[in-house]
Amino acid sequence: MIVFGYRLPAMSSLILWALVWEIVGRLGLTFFVPPLSEVVVTLFSVIGTAPFLKALSETAQAFAAGVLAAVLIGIPVGILMGKSRLVDELLLPWVNMFLSAPLTALVPVLMVLFGFGMKSIIITTTLFAIWIIILNARAGVLQINRSLVEMARCYGANPFQAFYKIYFWAALPEILGGVRIGVIRAVKGVIIGQLLISIVGFGALFELYANNFLMAHFWAVLIVLFAMAFTVSELLAYLERRVSYYAASR
Amino acid sequence: MVMPQIKEVVDVPGAQEADNAVVARGISKTYGSVEALKNLTLEFPRGQLTSLLGPSGCGKTTLLKIIAGLLQPTAGEVEVNGKPVTGPGSDRAFVFQDFALLPWANVLRNAAFGLELRGVAKSEREAIAEKYIAEVGLKGFEKAYPHELSGGMRQRVGLARALAVDADVLLMDEPFSAVDEQTRRKFQEDLLNLVKHENKTFIFVTHSIEEAVYVSDQIAILLPRPSRVSEIIRPADLRHKNVDNIRRDPEYLDIVDSIWASLRSYVE
Amino acid sequence: MVRRSFWLKIVSALVLFGAWQVAGMIPVSYAFPTFLESMSALARMAADGTLFTAYLETLRPLVVGVAISAFLGIGLGLWIGLSSRFDWLFSPIFIVMQAAPLAALIPLLVMAYGIGLTSKVFVVCIMAMPVIVLNTAGAVRNTPASLKEMGRSFLASDPEIIVKIIVPAASPVIFSGLRLGVSAGFIGAVLAELKITPTGVGDIITYSRSIADYPAMYAAIFSIILLAVLFLNLLERLEVYLFEGNVRGYASD
Repeated sequence: MIVFGYRLPAMSSLILWALVWEIVGRLGLTFFVPPLSEVVVTLFSVIGTAPFLKALSETAQAFAAGVLAAVLIGIPVGILMGKSRLVDELLLPWVNMFLSAPLTALVPVLMVLFGFGMKSIIITTTLFAIWIIILNARAGVLQINRSLVEMARCYGANPFQAFYKIYFWAALPEILGGVRIGVIRAVKGVIIGQLLISIVGFGALFELYANNFLMAHFWAVLIVLFAMAFTVSELLAYLERRVSYYAASR
Repeated sequence: MVMPQIKEVVDVPGAQEADNAVVARGISKTYGSVEALKNLTLEFPRGQLTSLLGPSGCGKTTLLKIIAGLLQPTAGEVEVNGKPVTGPGSDRAFVFQDFALLPWANVLRNAAFGLELRGVAKSEREAIAEKYIAEVGLKGFEKAYPHELSGGMRQRVGLARALAVDADVLLMDEPFSAVDEQTRRKFQEDLLNLVKHENKTFIFVTHSIEEAVYVSDQIAILLPRPSRVSEIIRPADLRHKNVDNIRRDPEYLDIVDSIWASLRSYVE
Repeated sequence: MVRRSFWLKIVSALVLFGAWQVAGMIPVSYAFPTFLESMSALARMAADGTLFTAYLETLRPLVVGVAISAFLGIGLGLWIGLSSRFDWLFSPIFIVMQAAPLAALIPLLVMAYGIGLTSKVFVVCIMAMPVIVLNTAGAVRNTPASLKEMGRSFLASDPEIIVKIIVPAASPVIFSGLRLGVSAGFIGAVLAELKITPTGVGDIITYSRSIADYPAMYAAIFSIILLAVLFLNLLERLEVYLFEGNVRGYASD
């Protein structure tokens, strides 16, 4: 939006919304919304405490492990699907199915199979992230310009060279796009896993604050979580833009 | 400011009577600090086809959109039939480079769309549209959708839509640039027929020198940075010759060559 | 080639369900029933009507939530897409919502609205709405400029441009946003039933887990995933049928 000939930055309206939050909180309209200033003060008092750091490190571990697994399995599977028609036809229906399936329903199964701990949460995270990573890597390989592959063969590239000099780089914009969406889904997955299992990480923290009506604490943790999720997704979007310059001109 | 020099290739007495359908006076257009057009003046005689020809970035499409009323000039004004242009009007119809057909509507509705927006009753507008669909050679395709047609056929729908509203002035923005060479030649021949029989004023943007010389009564050559009219050429004599022979007429070739000579230094 | 891909689908299903069967027979875990056990439990629950009543319960918040999200989401999306002021004001909220794990709000919703239908509808809404809003706004913003210019040059009024050009041009993307919203809504509905109070299918899952009736639990999970996938597939087909050719037909192809 342009005000007095000056272009306001895209996300600047959040400042306005923060102000609205503060006013609503000050008016005391509802017990559930304490003023933002109070939440921020609580935020700084909470952030160094042991339960918070424990929740953060547990979540970060589960998230990192889950995403790593999704990337390490997802990208090769996707590339393989893009290159081999048989593999593609065997796997594609299932990938598409799990992409849109309500994966929350699988969490109870994971709980009985892998226990009420980190393992279940990590697998939930991977399940949320992996399908879109596979699909995008596949799409990336499928759109590779044939003449690029033929060029590599003409100049005598062996299959291994063709793979890491051509396929990976030519499909990189799509692969990164998939990883970005996968990571956003993984953030949701890790929180959903923790909520349902609810004795680890932020899930336990939320339960504690909600049961003790610590609204400011609840919102403080929520802000931290949202801010981190948003930062991660913006970071990956930035990375994606860095390579997308050649996406249009391959 | 260089005054446009008018180069009469063949001087036909009375060829440039004062009856102008469209007059652009002192048009300037700036985008921020970029000057797209500067103090441009140009007249478009009634019933004739005027081409705007020039290298890319010379502002020919900008000028056309200003005449259409889609863009506002920073300075200057356009008159159509003596009345100043303040916005799009029923006296002008536009033919788009990328056709601008509604992908969810069939040929009949697309061709009748201009009339639909004017509130013409359904049966009436469809009758008119059908007539023009037949005229542009698409009879039998009324129920087809744009994606089922070739590029050339899509542009014929765009043309039928423009003809159906029966505007005095037809504005064509590189209408044949997205169709293949052979279709384009057929189009150019059809266009000459339209100019002859429809008694409308055509303003035609193109980047093809051959196309401009082939179809135009008057060619305005625009040069870039900032855009101005450098020359007006009237290949009037060619218009009296047989369409089939124009392309090997020495005069045609001479005009094409001389235009290229004046443009070549602006093409990087 | 239709036959080949059909047979490959059958083969691929046989392999997966076969693997499930074998893994259940070993068994890999006491809590891992075979495929056939699960299917017979599914048939039993379908026959005695348990499944039917459960779905009646589960689909209620889903349908209400998706309907509210679609109505509000498309409205807001159109508004955001048409006005740069509302774009500035509202877009950031939905962009953050899209990236954030909104499920974390559930404990708060339960405190505010109790454990009834309202909370569950809310969960479905916060999951489904952002994608609907953002898709609609993006589609409206990306209406081909030449189509809008065409409308203006043929003297369309602003409401006419919106109704006759922008909305139809945006509808394929709006529809796919709705489909993604339904998909997210399913996640929300199941999450609500597992987290807030066990009702419907969530009740079958939770209850059969507590009495260690694993085949019934797997059958219930299988059925909700199957239902969601079939329904979304149907929507996708409807989308292809409704908007065939809509995305093509511009000069760029």
